[in-house]
Amino acid sequence: MAPRGSVAVMGPTTAGGRVGEFLRTVLLLEPTTRVVVLGAGLLGVCCGVVGSLAVLRRRALLGDCVAHAALPGVCLAFMLTGGRFLPVLLVGAAATGLLAVAFIAAVRAWTRVREDAAIGIALASFFGLGLVLLSLASRYGGGNRAGLDRFLFGQAAAMIRQDAWVIGVSAVVGCGLVALLLKEFRGLCFDREYASVQGWPVSVLDGLLMSLVCVSTVAGLPAAGVVLVSALLVIPAVTARLWASGLGWMLVVAGAVGGMSGVVGVGLSAHLPVPERAGAWPTGPMIVLSAGVALGMSLLLAPERGVLAALARRRAVRRMVAADRLHGPLDATVPGAWAGLRHEGEPASPGSGAAAGRGGGGEGTP
Amino acid sequence: MRLPELTASPAMLGALSAADWWTLLTGVVCAVACGVAGCYLVLRRMSLLGDAISHAVLPGLGVAFILTGTRDPLAMLAGAAGAGVATAGLSAGLSRVGRIAEDAALGVVFTVLFALGVILLSFLPSDLHLDASCVLYGNLEFVALDTVRVLGVDAPRVLVPLGAVLVVVAGAVAVGFKELGIVAFDPALARSMGIPAGVIHAAMLALVAAATVVSFEAVGSVLVVAMLIAPCATARLITDRLGWTYGLSGLLAASAAGVGYAVAAAMDAPVAGMISVVAGVQFALAAVMAPSHGMAARAVTRLGLALRITREDILGMLFRWDERRSDAGGMAGRAVPPLRAADVTAAIGSPWTARLALWGLHRRGMIERAPDGTIRPTEAGRASGASVVRTHRLWEAYLARHLGLPLDHLHAASHRAEHFIPADLEAQVRAEVGDPVADPHGRPIPPARSGPAGLA
Repeated sequence: MAPRGSVAVMGPTTAGGRVGEFLRTVLLLEPTTRVVVLGAGLLGVCCGVVGSLAVLRRRALLGDCVAHAALPGVCLAFMLTGGRFLPVLLVGAAATGLLAVAFIAAVRAWTRVREDAAIGIALASFFGLGLVLLSLASRYGGGNRAGLDRFLFGQAAAMIRQDAWVIGVSAVVGCGLVALLLKEFRGLCFDREYASVQGWPVSVLDGLLMSLVCVSTVAGLPAAGVVLVSALLVIPAVTARLWASGLGWMLVVAGAVGGMSGVVGVGLSAHLPVPERAGAWPTGPMIVLSAGVALGMSLLLAPERGVLAALARRRAVRRMVAADRLHGPLDATVPGAWAGLRHEGEPASPGSGAAAGRGGGGEGTP
Repeated sequence: MRLPELTASPAMLGALSAADWWTLLTGVVCAVACGVAGCYLVLRRMSLLGDAISHAVLPGLGVAFILTGTRDPLAMLAGAAGAGVATAGLSAGLSRVGRIAEDAALGVVFTVLFALGVILLSFLPSDLHLDASCVLYGNLEFVALDTVRVLGVDAPRVLVPLGAVLVVVAGAVAVGFKELGIVAFDPALARSMGIPAGVIHAAMLALVAAATVVSFEAVGSVLVVAMLIAPCATARLITDRLGWTYGLSGLLAASAAGVGYAVAAAMDAPVAGMISVVAGVQFALAAVMAPSHGMAARAVTRLGLALRITREDILGMLFRWDERRSDAGGMAGRAVPPLRAADVTAAIGSPWTARLALWGLHRRGMIERAPDGTIRPTEAGRASGASVVRTHRLWEAYLARHLGLPLDHLHAASHRAEHFIPADLEAQVRAEVGDPVADPHGRPIPPARSGPAGLA
């Protein structure tokens, strides 16, 4: 595979030097990578915030569908204008992305086909159409489809000022709208029926949310590519859900996780030592991998929903049950009742009759 | 911009070379295998697992290459299958451990695996021709170049595992038809009946993964997703029977592959992409035109119901108007003029529905229209109107007596119910309220006549 999509920078070879360079990149002190770092960070924030709402609304994979459905729009815009002017291509992308969303909504409302099937059909058919148009575009539309391949696989490293602007504007619009309509979106995500009884325009809000998903997906497409942009919508949201219990905090955490993944991913792909014979660390996948690592760590460490916390809770419960049994009057008479408890590492001190009243669960009780 | 010339014609099929036939056959076998295997996913509402698996095969390929050092098809197959099973297992585990919605867990797992795959493959030699684009596109056009001798013919190499998977899928569906249906529709019921739902579920996911993995090399992940989901969803719109769903799904998949191939050949476009488009078009057509579940059929049903209700309303209106006229006549006061069609249209509120209903009543011989625009019920129309009003007033009596509704709440409820109370229920209601002669408002309940009086 060609070493596409990387910001590999020739730099110092010592570990300390690399860390220093990495920090300089991440802190925007490196002029060559500043645009890429900023763009990736903003994209992460935008997708994190909007994606949180999508995930809560049980539409986690809508971003995946929109990203695939954007391809025919990009190709059409390319064929019609013959140019690679990014905003035009993005408008085309958003147009067919929205069309796919409308298709899903129509199927959900008017047929008995389930939403997951509708998403899959829209994804595959639109993308298939995109592939057909792509081959036509490369044959009849001027030959140069390099600008279109970008939309398939993403080239974060090739980000220029214009791309960063597009991402910045969509981030501001997305986060601003979510902040303004936080209360309404909360109603939409958590209790749709109640919100509609309250007289809120639930379907308009739903459409707005889907459009926001569309905009963030399309804005991230040139940087992350078809498959990975949907990761930015889902992973930060899921990570944030592990840490925060309120919607406001969840959005903040998701934005932070998304932004950090973008920045760290670009930094890592630029400064990780490259193995022999290899091209470079691809930037888009490194961003996704950073987000994935953040999720993995959160899964372990999160205070309430994390695995360690769950283990600790289970242990505490087991201790309580064991203590209860120890104090139970009848347990002592059951042969072998102690063996299991000592196995758990419980200090075996039979408190005789200290809590005679507590019968306990009574597993050993005849 | 020059548009491609369309050169498709029936004669073209005769001009297909052996390689073209092999390509077409590979596409059809692949589509049918995925189409039938995908039914389980669609019925189980796990459609997007197919999408996830077909993307997540990428790191499996990379790992298989690194471990074996070759691009041996068997090694690739094993790696991809491992990645597919890992996707299903990891996402189920993630959703349980982190208490995350299933679709979100799926989205996390397959994108991270795909990212890992891209990174892995970017470190492999670039002359390997193994990268993200081969997973997305496949190379159906070139399957005929890589052949293997089976049973005395040079068949495409990919056709061998594809055919095997197709046979296994068809066999599994045929052997475990009943169990599969129960597990797909109601896993809890299946477990309570002693069917090993977990084992069957795992086996079906493995089959789907196998179908995905042997297919993607030939046709790419996009077509795999399309074939796993679209034919079964289309079949579900057309039929309610599980057996037909499998059969139709296979047929639709095969026809999508055939038509898609023909169109793609005519336009010189990518075959896999065109087949997905055709599958999507099939679904859209079925969504609109399917016999009982399509939008058109449902709209016709709704329109028919609306017209029947409007016709009954009009007849009821005419009957009540005649009541008022005879009352006024009895009091020898000012005469009430006969109803005009325009009055009816205005009262119904929806002019087109009213006009259609009036036309329908006229055609059925229920009303007579005078040249001056007035309408009168015929004998049959009067009887039907009486029946509607009788049901209405009986229901009012029932609501007042058994539900204790106040007088001003009776009409609206009865106005809806009067169209949906068949004769036997009406007799029961009459008995319940003690065969009254008047409704709670004091208006007479028309007596039941012998013989059918409904409009049906």
